[in-house]
Amino acid sequence: MADLLIELFSEEIPARMQARAADDLKKLMTDGMVEAGLTYASAAAFATPRRLCLTVEGLLDASPRTVEERKGPKADAPEKAIEGFLRGAGLTRDDLVERDTPKGKILFATITKEGRPAADIIAEVLEQTIRNFPWAKSMRWGNGTLKWVRPLHSILCILSREDGAEVVPLDVDGITSGNTTRGHRFLAPDEITVNGFDDYTSKLKRAFVVLDSAERRDTIWHDATNVAFASGLEVVEDAGLLAEVAGLVEWPVVLMGRIGDDFLDLPPEVLQTSMKEHQKFFSVRNPKTGRIEKFITVANRTTADNGVTILAGNEKVLSARLADAKFFWDNDLRIAQSDAGMGAWVENLKNVTFHNKLGTQAELIERMAVLARELAPMVGADPDDAEKAARIAKADLSSEMVYEFPELQGLMGRYYAKAAGMSDAVAAASEEHYAPLGPSDDVPTAPVSVAVALAEKIDKLTGFWAIDEKPTGSKDPFALRRAALGVIRTLVENDLSVRLVDEGIRVSNTVLTTTLKFSIDGVEERMNDLLSFLHDRLKVYLKDQGIRHDIIDACIAMEGNDDLTLLVKRARALSDTLKTDDGENLLQAFKRANNILSQAEQADGVEYSYGADVKFAETDEERALFAALDQAEGVITPAMAAQDFTTAMSAMASLRPALDAFFEAVQINTDNGAVRRNRLNLLSRIRTLCTSVADLTRIDG
Amino acid sequence: MADTPRSFQEIILRLQSYWARHGCAILQPYDMEVGAGTFHPATTLRSLGTQPWAAAYVQPSRRPTDGRYGENPNRLQHYYQYQVLIKPSPPNLQELYLGSLEAIGVDMNLHDIRFVEDDWESPTLGAWGLGWEVWCDGMEVSQFTYFQQVGGHDCTPVSGELTYGLERLAMYVLGVDHVMEMPFNDPDAPIPLSYGDIFKQTEEEYARWNFDVANTDVLLRHFEEAEAECKAIIEQEYMDPKTGKRIVMAHPAYDQAIKASHMFNLLDARGVISVTERQAYIGRVRALTKMCADAFVQTRAGGWQGDAA
Repeated sequence: MADLLIELFSEEIPARMQARAADDLKKLMTDGMVEAGLTYASAAAFATPRRLCLTVEGLLDASPRTVEERKGPKADAPEKAIEGFLRGAGLTRDDLVERDTPKGKILFATITKEGRPAADIIAEVLEQTIRNFPWAKSMRWGNGTLKWVRPLHSILCILSREDGAEVVPLDVDGITSGNTTRGHRFLAPDEITVNGFDDYTSKLKRAFVVLDSAERRDTIWHDATNVAFASGLEVVEDAGLLAEVAGLVEWPVVLMGRIGDDFLDLPPEVLQTSMKEHQKFFSVRNPKTGRIEKFITVANRTTADNGVTILAGNEKVLSARLADAKFFWDNDLRIAQSDAGMGAWVENLKNVTFHNKLGTQAELIERMAVLARELAPMVGADPDDAEKAARIAKADLSSEMVYEFPELQGLMGRYYAKAAGMSDAVAAASEEHYAPLGPSDDVPTAPVSVAVALAEKIDKLTGFWAIDEKPTGSKDPFALRRAALGVIRTLVENDLSVRLVDEGIRVSNTVLTTTLKFSIDGVEERMNDLLSFLHDRLKVYLKDQGIRHDIIDACIAMEGNDDLTLLVKRARALSDTLKTDDGENLLQAFKRANNILSQAEQADGVEYSYGADVKFAETDEERALFAALDQAEGVITPAMAAQDFTTAMSAMASLRPALDAFFEAVQINTDNGAVRRNRLNLLSRIRTLCTSVADLTRIDG
Repeated sequence: MADTPRSFQEIILRLQSYWARHGCAILQPYDMEVGAGTFHPATTLRSLGTQPWAAAYVQPSRRPTDGRYGENPNRLQHYYQYQVLIKPSPPNLQELYLGSLEAIGVDMNLHDIRFVEDDWESPTLGAWGLGWEVWCDGMEVSQFTYFQQVGGHDCTPVSGELTYGLERLAMYVLGVDHVMEMPFNDPDAPIPLSYGDIFKQTEEEYARWNFDVANTDVLLRHFEEAEAECKAIIEQEYMDPKTGKRIVMAHPAYDQAIKASHMFNLLDARGVISVTERQAYIGRVRALTKMCADAFVQTRAGGWQGDAA
């Protein structure tokens, strides 16, 4: 048994690539070794800014010798066939033996593969790994053709056993393997010789390198929260930033610095974004005021002055950055508060293309304004407010701050709209109309924001449908699936009843054709197609909530299926009903009734849709069913009118005992024609009543 | 360790002598308006082809949109870059670079120097490379790039390029908070001059002209003329009828590409280029630099060895 240690030492590896690279190194090496017969007990990989490391324990000393017997042609086969077999097996005639089998004398070959020493296999697999490493981006350097993420400087590759360590010889384009590495670039740059993984990690630590990124992360977070806590402050959590910063240092040293007083009045999001994006600083908040007052930076070294110089430098850089942010903020505020206000920005958006067939951003805003106004009454918003909000919701795209920090779009709009004297509701729409951005993002709930959010998304869907840019397969460059889910969730989660086709998409189509002055052919088909796209997204959405697609189909088949909120309520009620014992059995009974009826209708060529009369009933069970139907109908009809699906469906499910008893006792197809007809008409009443609630014929099982 | 320099010019002089000591030809700035030191033909064109190269120079650079009327502590529409290009990139380029920081007085024992991923791409040059921005205490002091492609051509061998933002770096080394307060010559000189003494007024003047006054019709015409001239130069036969020599005019054509690029920057600062148009203009400049790169590799300096064959 042996242990393997590999280190690939290079110039600085981008932080975001390190974790993936460590995983890839482990997978490529272990897969390659196992394939060559070299099994192992355990493996782990690590990355720092300058090195990828793999440790493998309990590795075989050599791959095992393998013996394989191969069956060849018959002994009396033509010479050509035997020669072919020998060529394929890489053997000579003397290597073959004859053996009697039930099929006669047959030639057999024994192919023996000798085991190979671990070092040979490792050298081969490692070279392949280096040459074919799946870096997202790699480069050449100097005169060479080898590709690595940044110039590769050395390869450490040793096999260690109890009696010592040996270098696995390897040469990749002039880089020869050895048993040495280097410590921290500045604190311990000299060569270090190592004889195994434990030796390696402990010597690295003495040379100011923490090998494990998890350990670096923990140190940073622990020290950062401690130093903040000591000042009565708290660090704003940011797992992504923490991982990135841990990938920028081999020897993390946490330092807390001040933010200049001039900048403390900038919006906290601006401070946070500027510090994070440009400087990779953590924000430090005063829990009492919620203000961001300090920052944490992570240096890559200790210094004789305990980081005083480093911190002073970082503070100075931040001041310059924030001076820029403040410059943008002040300029933007000046425009927002001027007479033209945010209108000046909207004016600029006339030069910004939204999509070359769907016009400029300014034209998009115009459409959103009309549509938001139309939608406002249905979502409980004031039409004037909705229109006003739609007109400024995207104005901040022209602001200097959003130009610099695109991720602040919407949020800055909200600040600027407030500064321009807009009401809270109108200003909020700037930020909230983009929501929901992802499946777990909250939907807007304020009526004005809802109106603008729906207007934006419906326009987008209608527009791209009009120019035949629907998503196909995995391609959805305009994020239309997300827009559709946004519409669905905004309506359903706010319990808003809107006839999406007639009250939304149709209006949107009209706005689109009038403002862009183009005609859309086949409007009705396009709208139906878009509606079924929305229904498909709805199925995905409801499936995540445990509602089966056939249940949704049963509800989509009903009248008013473009009111998604209603549709969902119906589907939920049906799903709940079918989970009950009564509901499940009722479904079976319904299917039985429907089958008998359908067959009879087909055979007789008539429709039994009218005239079941209790006076032709012959049995008690029959009469009981009439009574049960009368009673259920009395509940279901008003409940359906009130869209109270739960009541209607439980009334439907309550038919089950009567229906079961009926089928138990009564034979439908009797010789008495009048009785048979009456019974078929009775079944028809059941079908009509049940399918007034949902199209149960579409339910599976 | 190295003593601290006292002025902006001393930092430049120290960089010049450091890179001269390490074998670079010290060139002079290119005599045209450019957006960055990379545009100097000593970088753009010389990074192409197989001939070895090592050059360093100061390049005055202009970014009209960055003008702040001389008020921002470190944003300028006219500033200096220090540029080093070595082909093929030597294996110890990082160490050489760190040595240059020490030469200008950055004490490696007190500062935090970091190489932070920055993939460089110049859409107008049709060029890209991988490397880092180098941070000193959180401040970007240099760009460090291994050129992979320029003007659409693969770089073989690969050049290593270093670009120092001189003002920012100098302010840091000299401990100055506002660029205009930075001593340009020695503070004890008989007539001490600050950066502001020399550039405050011009920053104001150019900011006003760049943002509000420059005649956009004229700029647009200049752009189109430069574009046309560049193409016309490239279209000439390689054989010069007068001398009977093969003369490929890559550099004169490239001058016109530089000019078009600067006109585009000025138009951009005037805010008359929409987002969609922007891409089209960048594409037009890229097409020009690509043609110039194609022409350069047809020259002897660009590795052409036609008559040997």
